[in-house]
Parts: sequence; C-alpha cells; structure tokens
Amino acid sequence: MYEYLLTHPFLAALIALVALALVFGAVLGYAAVQFKVEGDPIVDQLDELLPQTQCGQCSYPGCRPYAEAIANGDAINKCPPGGQATINAIADLLDVEAPTLDEEHGEEAEVKTVAYIREDECIGCTKCIQACPMDAILGAAKQMHTVIADECTGCDLCVEPCPVDCIDMLPVASGLSDWKWNKPPAVVENFQLIASDKQPEKDGAAA
Amino acid sequence: MRKIWSIPGGIHPEENKSQSLQLPLGEVALPSELIFPLSQHIGAPAKPIVTVGERVLAGQKIADAKGMISAAVHASTSGTVTAIEDRTLPHPSGLSGPCIVLAADGKDEFAAFEACEDYLSLDKAVLVQKIREAGIAGMGGAGFPTAVKLSPRANQPIDTLIINGTECEPYITADDILMQTQAEDIIKGTLLLAHILSQPGRIVIGIEDNKPLAIAAITQAAEGTPVEVVSFPTKYPSGGEKQLIQILTGKEVPSGALPSSIGIVLQNVGTTVAAYEAVRFGKPLIERITTVVGEALATQRNIRVRLGTPIHHVLAEHGFAEKKAMRLIVGGPMMGYALEQDDVPVVKTTNCILAPTKKEMPPPRPTQACIRCGMCAEACPASLLPQQMYWYAAAEEYDRLEAQNIMDCIECGACSYVCPSNIPLVQYYRAAKGTMRQMAIDKEKSDRSRKRFEFRQERIAKAEAEKEAKRLARKKAAELAKQKQEADKAAGVQPSGHTAKADIVATAMASAKAKQATPEEQKAKLERAVTSAEGRLEKLQQRHSDADGDMKERLAAQIKQAELKLQEAKDKLAHFTPVPTAITTVAADAPAATADPNDPVAVAIARAQAKMTMAPDEKLQANIVSLTGRLAKAEEKLAAAKAENSDKVDALQTGVDKLKEKIASAEQELAELTPSAPTATPAPEQDAAAAAIERAKAKAAAQANLSPEDKLRDQLTSINGRLEKARIKLEQAQAENTDTVAALQLGLDKMLAKQDKLRDELRALNPNAPELTDQPATAAEVAPQPAPTVDAATAAIEKAKAKADALASMSPEDKLRDQIASLETRLDKAKQRLAKAEAEDDPNLDAFKAGVEKTEAKLQQTKQQLVTSNS
Ligand code: SF4
Ligand code: SF4
Ligand code: SF4
Ligand code: SF4
Repeated sequence: MYEYLLTHPFLAALIALVALALVFGAVLGYAAVQFKVEGDPIVDQLDELLPQTQCGQCSYPGCRPYAEAIANGDAINKCPPGGQATINAIADLLDVEAPTLDEEHGEEAEVKTVAYIREDECIGCTKCIQACPMDAILGAAKQMHTVIADECTGCDLCVEPCPVDCIDMLPVASGLSDWKWNKPPAVVENFQLIASDKQPEKDGAAA
Repeated sequence: MRKIWSIPGGIHPEENKSQSLQLPLGEVALPSELIFPLSQHIGAPAKPIVTVGERVLAGQKIADAKGMISAAVHASTSGTVTAIEDRTLPHPSGLSGPCIVLAADGKDEFAAFEACEDYLSLDKAVLVQKIREAGIAGMGGAGFPTAVKLSPRANQPIDTLIINGTECEPYITADDILMQTQAEDIIKGTLLLAHILSQPGRIVIGIEDNKPLAIAAITQAAEGTPVEVVSFPTKYPSGGEKQLIQILTGKEVPSGALPSSIGIVLQNVGTTVAAYEAVRFGKPLIERITTVVGEALATQRNIRVRLGTPIHHVLAEHGFAEKKAMRLIVGGPMMGYALEQDDVPVVKTTNCILAPTKKEMPPPRPTQACIRCGMCAEACPASLLPQQMYWYAAAEEYDRLEAQNIMDCIECGACSYVCPSNIPLVQYYRAAKGTMRQMAIDKEKSDRSRKRFEFRQERIAKAEAEKEAKRLARKKAAELAKQKQEADKAAGVQPSGHTAKADIVATAMASAKAKQATPEEQKAKLERAVTSAEGRLEKLQQRHSDADGDMKERLAAQIKQAELKLQEAKDKLAHFTPVPTAITTVAADAPAATADPNDPVAVAIARAQAKMTMAPDEKLQANIVSLTGRLAKAEEKLAAAKAENSDKVDALQTGVDKLKEKIASAEQELAELTPSAPTATPAPEQDAAAAAIERAKAKAAAQANLSPEDKLRDQLTSINGRLEKARIKLEQAQAENTDTVAALQLGLDKMLAKQDKLRDELRALNPNAPELTDQPATAAEVAPQPAPTVDAATAAIEKAKAKADALASMSPEDKLRDQIASLETRLDKAKQRLAKAEAEDDPNLDAFKAGVEKTEAKLQQTKQQLVTSNS
C-alpha cells in the first residue's frame, strides 16, 4: 500500500487532501454547533444605533422591528428622528455607502421637541396614555394628565388621539447646559501661501 | 529643596507679564449697575432669595446654593435689586442666563460679618459650611465649588495639599500680585485648608520661577510653618491641575479620575485667601483681583474689583481704545475666550481681561493642511497624539477619538500654538468633546427609552395573555357545565340549574346586604349628586360666557349634558324611597316571585328562600352537583399543573381525592335518603335548623364588613324582632297560665335592657338614626322593596355604554348621519325656543337667532361632508 502510494504521488496527494478536508470539516462543524451565538447580534447592534423614539415613522411598529427589517435587507435611510447621524452610523456598521434620508418618511427635525399638555384643557380621557410608547404620560381617568418631559422622546404619537387637542409639541429649551463649541471651518485645500505658487483656478483643478 | 519632576511637552510662549506689574494693585470706582449671574460656578445655578425692589447690603446673600454642587451668590455693594432676568453671560457661547441685577446706591454699606478669631478650634464641618455659605468657587478659572473639594470621600484619605500659585498663562499676574501683597493671608488660608483636610502629610505651594517677588514673600511668610514653598522652571501649562501635581509629586492622576483619588487636593491661591477671609472675618466672596491688560488700554494693571462690575465699566476706567483693540478676551490668550459684548460682568472666575491690539495679537493666519510634522505631539502635556485626533475630529469619527483618549485633553492649546500649519487643533477637540458628551447623554436616554418601551410591551403582552387565559377558562367551564347538564338529563336526574348555585346563597345575601347602603346614606348620596351637578353646570356656564368660537360650541354641548344629568339626579332624589337594610328579618313568606329580577337583594333573598324550602334530598343533589363542578375544576387545575410540572401537583392531587370522597359520601347519603322519602316531604326541624344556620352565617359574614354603626343597628333590629316574639310568647303563656311566665318575663326584661343599651350606643354614634324611634321594627315594615334608584342608574350606564359602543363601531359616514340627525333635532328645538322668545319678546332674542343660524350652518356643513364622503 505504502509502496503503491510512493509510486503514485498524485493519488497520495489526493488522499492527503481529502483526509485534511474531512478533519477540518469536522472541527468547523463542531465549532458551529458548540459556539453558536444566541440571538441575532446584528439586530441588537442596529437597535443600539436607532434613536429609540418608537415613533413608527419608518413604517415599522418601533425601532427594533426596523432594526430587524434592516438586518433582512431593508433600506437604512428611513429613520427621520435619527437623521443623517444614525444613517452614517448604520452604514458604518454594515459597511455600506451612507445614503441620504428618505424624505418619504419625514424630515429630520431641526430641534428636538417634547410633548406638553395644556393641563387645564385636559379632560382626562387617558387616550394619550394609551398612545405613548414610552409611558411618559402620567394621569388617571378624569384627572388632569401631564408629560414627564425627561422621558418623552418627542415621537408625536400622543398628539393625534387627544380629543380636545390640548397637547403641543414644544421645542426643547437649549441653554448653557447643552451648548458646545462649533467645529472650525474645514481647511482650505489648495491654499497657496506664497504668491508665486498661485496658479490660475482651472489649472489648479487640472493639476 | 524638594525634588521636582517635569511634565512631557509644554511650550514657552512670550510671557508678557511685566506690563501689568508696573503699577501697584488698584481699585475701580463702583459702577451704577452690577450684574450677578446665578451660575458663576460649575454645578447647579444658585436660587435667588431676594425679590425685585428689595434693598440689599454689601456682602448680603442674594442667591442660595441649590443642591450639593453649587455656590451661593452675594451682593458686592449696597443697593436695590432692579431685576432678576436673563442677561448675557461671560461665557464663550455668548448666551444669556438668569442674573440678579442690582442698582448701586453709592453708599456701599456692608452687612455685619461674623468674625471668628479662634477658627482652628471649630469643627471641620462648621468650617466647610462657612466656606460654602461664603459662595467660594475655584478662582483659578474653572469655578468648582470649594466646599465640595474640601469634603473628600471618607475612603479617600488626603496626604497632600497643593496650593497653586503657578499662573502659567501669559499676561495674567493676578495671583502674582496677590502673593506679593497678601502672603500672610495665603499661608493662614493654607493652614486652614490643611486643618480642614485633617493635616495632610505634605503641604506645598507651587510657584513658577518667573515670579521672584512672590516666591520671596511667600517663603518669608511660610517661615516656621509646615508649608513648603517650591519653585520650578517656567513652562506652559505647568499650572494645569494634573500637570502641577505631576511636577510636585511625580504622580499622575489617572484618566477620568479626580486628584482626590490619589490623595491630593489642589487649590488656587486666590481661593485659599477667600476661604481664609470667609472663616476669619465672615466675609463672603464679593471681590477678586483681576488683571486688566493689553495694548489697547491706557492703563494696564491689576485691580481689586467687586464681582458683578460690568466689563465695559472696568475698561472705561482704564482708557480702552476700542478702535485699536483687535478683540476682547476674558482669561488668558491660550485658554481664554473672546467676548462678543462688553456688558457682561466680572464673575468669580474672571482672572484677566485682555484687550490686545492687532499688532500685539494678530489674527490667526490661514489654516493649511497638516504636514504630519509631529510638533503638536511633542508639545502636548497630556502625551496625546493631536494630529491623529485632528484627523478623526475632522472626519467626526468619534469611536476613534475615544480610543485616542480625547477626554484627557486639557484644552491647553499648546498643540495649536506650535502647529506650523496654523490648524486650530484645540477648537476641533472642543467641538468633538462637546458632541461626544451630547452623544453620551443621548445614548443614555435612548437606552432608557428602550427599556421603558420594552417594559411596556411586556406589560401589555402579559395583560393580553391573562385576559385570553381567563376567556379560555370561562369557555371551558361553560362547556363542562353544559356537558354535565346533558349528562344529568341523560341520567334522569332532575336538572337543577339554579340549585347548583345554592351554596353561594349565603355569601350572595351577605354581599348584597353589605352593598345596600342605609337610606340616609343613599339620600345623602343623591343630594350630593344634585349639588355637584349644579356646581358643574354653573362652572360650565361661566366658562361658556367667556369662551368663544369652537370652544363655545363644545361647552354648550357640555352644558346641555350637565343639565340633563342634573335633571336626572333631581328626579332620582324626588322618587327616592328609602330601602330598608334589615334583610335578616325577611319574612319567610315574602313574595319572592314579585321581586324585581334586577334587584340583586331580592334575587339573593329569593334564592335563599328557595334553598330554605328545599327538601333535604334536593339539597344533597345540589351539593353533589356543586361538588362535581368543583371536582371538574380541580381536575383541570391538576392537569395544568402536571403539564407544567409544577410542584403543586401533590397538593392538587390530594384535593381532588378529597373531593371525590365527599361526592361519594354525599351520593351515599342521597341513596339512603331517597327510599325513605320518595316524595319530597320536608323534615321541618331539620330544615328550620339549616335555615337558621344559613342565616346566622350570612349575618356573621355581613357583620364582618359592617361599620360599627351598622352593626349596632343590626343588633338593634334583631333584638327588636326577638322582643316582639318574646312578647307574643309571654302573652300566650299568660293566657295559658303556664309556669314559664316568670322566666319569660325575666327574659323580656333583660332584652328590654339590652335594647336600651344598644339604643344609647347607637345614639352616641349617630344621633339621627331612624331606629331610635320607639316603634320596634316589624317584619312587615322591613320587607324588601325594589330599589328603583339602583335600577335607573344601571340602566343609564347600560345605555351610555351601548351608545359608546355604537359610536366606536360606526363608520365615519354613519357618524356624520348621526350628527345630522342630532343637529336637526337641536335645530328644531332651537327654532321652537326662538318662536317662543319672539312671542314673549325675550331680551335674548338675538342670541337665540344667532344660535339657530349657527346650528343651521353646521347642519349644512355636515350634510356637505356626508355628500363628499359618499361620492
Ligand atoms: S409623551 Fe407623546 S411625544 Fe412624548 S413619548 Fe409619549 S407619545 Fe411620544
Ligand atoms: S388625550 Fe388629551 S384630553 Fe385625553 S387625557 Fe390625554 S391630554 Fe387629556
Ligand atoms: S490642547 Fe489637548 S491635545 Fe493639544 S496640547 Fe493641549 S492637551 Fe494636548
Ligand atoms: S503640528 Fe500641525 S502640521 Fe504638525 S503634525 Fe501637528 S497638526 Fe499636523
């Protein structure tokens, strides 16, 4: 047998490779079973990036369902509250080109808002409580209701159901506490400090 | 001299310190208006404790510290508070914030300060409290409340106290002058702080070697004290907290931690003096030394200035030439910020006002691309890689910035200073840090939102599941009962639908009784309803008269509803007949058939009566039926438990077994009974006894939920009944002349006594109780009557529910139609009223007309809508 293999190197190589393939196949198969990851990590990661407003503007019933949809190949630019920053982050995670926000689902809000109930007009119907995905409204039947501003994500969902239209979306007051420095303007490329370096505009572009 | 260490990087910018040291420490005249921002420190803004128009004295507290990390604010001269409003703040943002504005009266009267000679004998907590009350916050620039720094956590022993006299920024000499003029106070303050910190092993004052006069003064003052004075070579930024610690101790403060975590507390010299003055003289922080410098000024010097003085006032006093000035900077040229407006005040952290000319501080040259020369990395005192951070900051790659430890950047500006391409590096870092902070906050909030949302989802799902389970259980039970009935029928057993429930009669009776309020209560309730309805109506009318437009219509509808309700309530009150409470004395022959089926009390009574008149074999049958029902349920539960493999299986099993036993024995009894009593002949004694037991049980149950008053009343009623009976018996006995007369008489007397006692008790509880009239209640009087009020109420609720359901299920079109119908009726009514008003020449005629017109318009509109929605 050994002799035979020595005289037929091609066959020997074939047998060796097949044997190796079997061994590695077994190892990989074992690892696949043994180290199986529970849950869907990509969905969790996507969910982490979404703003958790639960507003449904993406046409899914909440952020997590949209994360699942993205994991299954849906477009990543459907979340207006997250805006471009979220799109960029998701694109980064999935390693795809970042598209701009799909206008169909709404525009990115300029300022953040929170719901505010004009309390003396509230009739205490509790409709808004049922609508709020965040449990951010406090009240009881026939009692005045109020929004816990800290928990409100500004999703808008409570405005529509209110029968007396006493809920306003107010912009979040910004002040010293959330002020930050602006990023300086970008460096001017092609800047020529020395006058003789200066080239006609077109040439500069060509060069 | 102790060993000193050196820090990495650092730069040597032009010092420019001599300009402001030519003149001695000066003063400025009091301004006419002073502005005190409520937030001059890190932490929560202070809370104003004065009102507009109030006169305050110099040194009087005008705003209190709010929360742990906060600092009080004091008036720096006497005058009147003219406003508490938003003013532009001395802050790089140029934003405005709440300030207390004070009009000085020029008298400069001081409040009485509470001096303390022997302060070192005071308790440390008292000293810290004094410092806190004085509103002292870090005067080196950051403004961290000093009292907080002086109360380190118990698990962080402090072994080194460092007093910072470094003042490394160019131009600024405020601390230098302070050390020259108040060296004694600084040493005393240092010793005070050391005392508060339980005498740390090492007390050092660190001064750069470019301040020889200050070093000399301090060294002299420190003679004979444990305070070490250490001077070290000048280099920017040695004055940074972490840098100075490294220079003096060789230790590095860990990233993201405070110096106290390695046993070090660091205070600025200015803060030290302020703390000393606060404790020794009771003087709050109302003034500070500020360097006023720059070629655009005629006079450059250090001044002692009252906090709150507007910067333009200071500048005017120093001959500020606005045209020459390139810009106005608060703080030094490296870490300060440019001011947009000069009407902002000097605050606790204002150490320098810099007004340079264009020549002195030319505008930054144009930025060019990074040439990767690496000079910035060499200059960085925090050993960071500024050029890497610049790339990432420009590309907004915050993860990478994090990895580069951007949060350790002290924003010293050394990198920008050395960069040959003039890249404003530090501005990139500031912007990126701000964004990252915001992102962290957003992230935290979104995590919290996610948790709340998931919790809510879970809760809703659970509620749904419970509902579903209940529904299923009900369905199953109904099916089982049906099967049972069919089986019974098949077996020829008398169907006994209502008897199955017989054993809950007692409970039903009891609860029905408990529910039944006393007549007074019922009446009071109704009266309350009427008054509240009236009140509501009035309020609505009030609102209606000052509302307008849409609101008015809505209110009108509400008023109508309220009127209806009021009418209803009044009707109810008018028809109110008190429903007696004493059901226990129900006569056995009360006509159950006439009882209103909607009246729970009557139903319960009827059931109880049915049971009472039941033959023993029927009772047994009923018993068996109920037992089998329970068995079925128990078996079901057992099966479920088994399926879930719960640990209750055993217990349930025994329960099932017991039930089976009981059924067997009951069946046995039935079998025994049936042959001996083939026709249902009630055994009178047995029956009566059973009924009595039943009644007693019901009573006991009822009494358990009764109020003491009701209990008494109950007792009274029963005693009345017994009395009546006893009397009859006595009469009988007397008539028959039996020998029991005496005994009966005795019993009667006893009962009478008891009745009296009970009455007294009841009177004490409720003087108006009707039982207090002398007529003993008789069975006939307390016979139950149908309770119309209860019925009407339930009917109304039912109607309202039906209407709500109907509305909910209606299509929009139907809704519209409904609206039209109601509008039409309203219109009719309104027209009628109008006609009447016209006939009577009512003064409100116009209002009526307008109302009719409006209703017509609305009707028209609704019809229109219907048409459009149809098409
Ligand atoms: S209060 Fe309104 S806006 Fe705020 S989270 Fe709830 S539903 Fe959304
Ligand atoms: S929906 Fe409007 S009226 Fe109803 S409870 Fe909420 S705020 Fe009040
Ligand atoms: S500003 Fe930050 S990065 Fe630049 S030198 Fe200072 S510490 Fe280093
Ligand atoms: S000093 Fe300026 S040019 Fe040089 S590496 Fe740093 S950022 Fe780039």
